[in-house]
Amino acid sequence: MNLFDQGLLDTPFGWTAALLVGLAFGFWLERAGFGSSRKLAAIFYLRDFAVVRVMFTAVATAALGLVALDVAGLFDASRVYRMETLLGPQIVGGLLFGAGFVAGGWCPGTALVGAASGKLDALAFLAATLLGSLVYAAFWPQLAPLQDVGTCGVVTLPELLHLSSGAVAALVVAVALAAFTAIHRFAPRR
Amino acid sequence: MTGPVQPLSPQAQRYWNPYVAGFGLGLTLLLSFVALGVGLGASGSTARLAATAAHAVAPAAVEANGYLGPWFQGGSPLANYLVFMSLGTLVGGLVSALFARRVHVAVERGGRITPRARLVLAVAGGLLVGFASRMAAGCTSGQALTGSALLLGGSWAFLAAVFAGGFLVAPLVRKEWLP
Repeated sequence: MNLFDQGLLDTPFGWTAALLVGLAFGFWLERAGFGSSRKLAAIFYLRDFAVVRVMFTAVATAALGLVALDVAGLFDASRVYRMETLLGPQIVGGLLFGAGFVAGGWCPGTALVGAASGKLDALAFLAATLLGSLVYAAFWPQLAPLQDVGTCGVVTLPELLHLSSGAVAALVVAVALAAFTAIHRFAPRR
Repeated sequence: MTGPVQPLSPQAQRYWNPYVAGFGLGLTLLLSFVALGVGLGASGSTARLAATAAHAVAPAAVEANGYLGPWFQGGSPLANYLVFMSLGTLVGGLVSALFARRVHVAVERGGRITPRARLVLAVAGGLLVGFASRMAAGCTSGQALTGSALLLGGSWAFLAAVFAGGFLVAPLVRKEWLP
C-alpha cells in the first residue's frame, strides 16, 4: 500500500511526505552538480557526461530496486502510478524540450536547484517556464486534437518486448553499464 | 577538449562522483515509488503556479480554459503534492549548496557570451521547456527519470527525443557554452 493507492497523496500527510522526498531529490541533484547550467549543457558538446552517468545510474537503480522489492514480496509494484503513452506529443514535446534544455541550460527540476544556488539564469528560465505553460494552455483548443496522436494507454517495455519486468530491468542495467564503459574509454578526463 | 565541469569558485567543494549521486537519486526515486506511489516531478508544480497567477488576473478566462479549468474544480491547484515536492527540491538544493559553499549570486554562462544574451537564451529555453512539458505531460523528472525507471514506452521515447532535440540545437548555441 502507498499513499497514492490509498488516496492520501493530497492530504497534509501526503504533502509532508512529498516535501521530504523533494528534499532528498534537491540534495542529490545539487550534489551531482546539476545546480550548474554549464555542467548540464556540457553533455550536448560531449565535454561532461555527468548527465548521462547520473541519469542512467538513477534509472537502473530504481528500476532494479522496484523489481527486487516486488519479487521479494515487500512492495506491490503494480500499485505505482503509471503514465499513459502519448507517442506523438511525447516525441514532438521531447524534441522541443531538448532544444529548450540546451538553449536555456536547465530543465524544471535542475532550475529549482540552480535558483537555490543563486543562479539568476535559473530564475529567468523558471519564470519563462511559467509563461510557456500558459502559452500551451492558451492554444489548448488548437492543440487538444494533436494530443491524441499516438495515444495508446499505458504501454510498458516488458509488454512490447514480451519479456518479464526483471529481464527488462536487467537489460537497462546492461545497457547502462555498456554506455558507462564506452564513456570511460572516450570521455575527456580533466 | 576539456573535462568535467567543476564549480568556478575556489572555495566551493567539487561535485560528487556521478555514479554516487546517481545511486542516491535512484534510491530517492525508489523511495518515492514505495512511500508516495508516484515518482518524482518538477514541471507540474511550476505549471500550477502559473495557473494560479493567471487566475488572480483573469479568473473567468482561466476557469473556462479547457486545460487549466479542471485544476480549479477542487479548490486551489497549489493544493497538490507536486507543489510540496518542488518546495522540498528547492530547500534540499539550497541545503546541499550551502554545505558545499556553492551558493553564489551570478548569471552562469560560458566565457564568450554576455550576461544579457545568456539571460535572453535562458528565457527562450524556459518558454520552450514550459510549453513542451505540458505537451509531453511531464519533464525530465516526471517522464525521463520516473517513466524510464517504470519501463514505460512513452517515457523512453520522450527521453530519446530530448537528447535528439538537444544535440540538434546544440551547434546553434555553441557560443553560449564555450569555456
